[in-house]
Amino acid sequence: MLQLVLFNVFNGLIIGAFYVLMALGLAMILNLSNVINFAHGNFLALGGYIAFVLTPYIGFWGALLVSPLLTAVLGLLLERFLVRKLYGRDPVYSLLLTFGLAFIIQDVCRYIWGPNGLPVSVPPSLATPLSNELFFVTGYRLFMVAVVIVAVIALFLFLRYSRMGMRIRAGTLDLETVAALGINVRLLRSLNFAVGIFLAGLAGVLAGGQIGLNPNMGDDLLMPSFIAIIVGGVGSLTGTLVGGLLIGVAGALTTVFYPSASEAVIYIIMMLVLLIRPRGLMGEEGMLT
Amino acid sequence: MSTTTADTVFERPAQRSWLPTVAIWVVLLTVPLWLPWIGGYTALAGRVLVLGLAAMALNFLLGFTGVMSFGHAAYFGLGCYGTGLTLKYLSDSTPLAMLVGILLGGIAGTVFGALIVRRRGVYFAMVTIAFGQICYYVAYRWNSLTGGDDGLRGFQRQPLHIGNWIIDIQNNPVLFYYFIAAVFAVCIGLMAFLLRSPFGRTLLAIRENERRARFLGIPVERHIWLSFSISCFFTAAAGSLYALLNNFADPMTLHFTLSGEIVIMAVMGGMRAFWGPLVGAAVFVVLQDYISSMTVNWMSFIGLLFVLVVLFFPRGLLGFVRAYSEK
Repeated sequence: MLQLVLFNVFNGLIIGAFYVLMALGLAMILNLSNVINFAHGNFLALGGYIAFVLTPYIGFWGALLVSPLLTAVLGLLLERFLVRKLYGRDPVYSLLLTFGLAFIIQDVCRYIWGPNGLPVSVPPSLATPLSNELFFVTGYRLFMVAVVIVAVIALFLFLRYSRMGMRIRAGTLDLETVAALGINVRLLRSLNFAVGIFLAGLAGVLAGGQIGLNPNMGDDLLMPSFIAIIVGGVGSLTGTLVGGLLIGVAGALTTVFYPSASEAVIYIIMMLVLLIRPRGLMGEEGMLT
Repeated sequence: MSTTTADTVFERPAQRSWLPTVAIWVVLLTVPLWLPWIGGYTALAGRVLVLGLAAMALNFLLGFTGVMSFGHAAYFGLGCYGTGLTLKYLSDSTPLAMLVGILLGGIAGTVFGALIVRRRGVYFAMVTIAFGQICYYVAYRWNSLTGGDDGLRGFQRQPLHIGNWIIDIQNNPVLFYYFIAAVFAVCIGLMAFLLRSPFGRTLLAIRENERRARFLGIPVERHIWLSFSISCFFTAAAGSLYALLNNFADPMTLHFTLSGEIVIMAVMGGMRAFWGPLVGAAVFVVLQDYISSMTVNWMSFIGLLFVLVVLFFPRGLLGFVRAYSEK
């Protein structure tokens, strides 16, 4: 029983790690640009597919580095030519735009790579279990968790200490003042968008190695990521981090006792949070509400 | 957005305002006569009316209160399942089944609306999406009751009994079309009445300037909550008709994809025009029907439609026509 619980907690942490990568990117874009990026899950799929294409040439490690960057460049182009036009307009338009983009990207992926699952080959050094008792702890899964931890720490350091990061945080609180202080807000938003998409691309490569690729692989992650943001509190990235891990582990633990409720439980958590603490666990009252 | 003033609903000259209404009703009532000649089928016209009603109900909230819900598929789908389940397990009365569907969707919306009424903008949208997905997962997972992924089958709309009269909407598609049109007329009549009432004008005031409305002593939260609930009831009515139209309840009617489609119908037709969402629904349904029969890559075309509408027709077809005719 203990092993089963451990197994599921570990699974939950891995799923939660994906939620966190997705949700952090979504939340950054939401906080600074007031845009809900429906296509976020499709950027995740794109990241995975780009890695699939690159792996034969530069290996898994190369793809892990290059693919998120290329995904971010694609995101940057879409931001520059489409999303940017809608800043400051009624948010319904940017929602519909990313909604349409999600359709298009998914269909293009299906057109190019086919509707069936494709594997991303993982280096053999990562594919073996570490021990017999803890059979579920393969090297690759530990590696994924490690990459996510490094990425999240790097993101928080970037936001906390770099000049750009501080501007992003300031812009989240009061974009007008930031603009009035002479900072190029358009560039800031583009960069912020690219960082968010980079995280999605990274999640895509990691997910590809774990569960394989298919055109709608991001769809199942999108909704939990929304919920991670709502539970954690809009405007607080730490909250999003906690929210993602919380619903990941809660969902996985529920699988032990009552498997068919594993998805329901994250919605129940969301409803409880909305009832008891509408601003979210770590959200501040008045942020974006 | 606040540059367009409240002229759309009540400041237009009275002598012009009946013309579009009459034109639209003439078209709607004669559909069964001419549609087969141009290659359509009556069920398609029914779909236009049903989704048009859903889009107009959403627009009560989006266009006339200025609050963005991206989860209206939930109430549409609840109406759909409520009607289907009643017909399958409880009763063979079509009106009773519709009533159950409408109450199910409407009350769910009312209860949920009370939770989220303080949220605004994109956050409101996000919370409504998430709630919509709860309903989707319940329908998807509760296999024994709802049929899960395959949808709810095994029920049929039943003929109407009025006194000694029997209206056979079950086997006569044209009669059923007129039944949909009648329900549609009642619903939008009620919405038009509400929008012209002091309550409706208060909603417009909130849309135009929430802060000022609050200073005037208007209980903004309560009005938004009421508007959300009303919108949910009418959306559930549309969903209920949808179950009768297809004799089938599909879990995709609860999915957020449909929410997005309802929103694009409203925006494409024109959010600020009362009839806009119906026009948008007609264009969307016909295009979707046509494109999905032509190519397997219909998703790209629908996605492209979203992008083009947002970039080039943000005020919708009717908004475009109005801007052109006023030049």
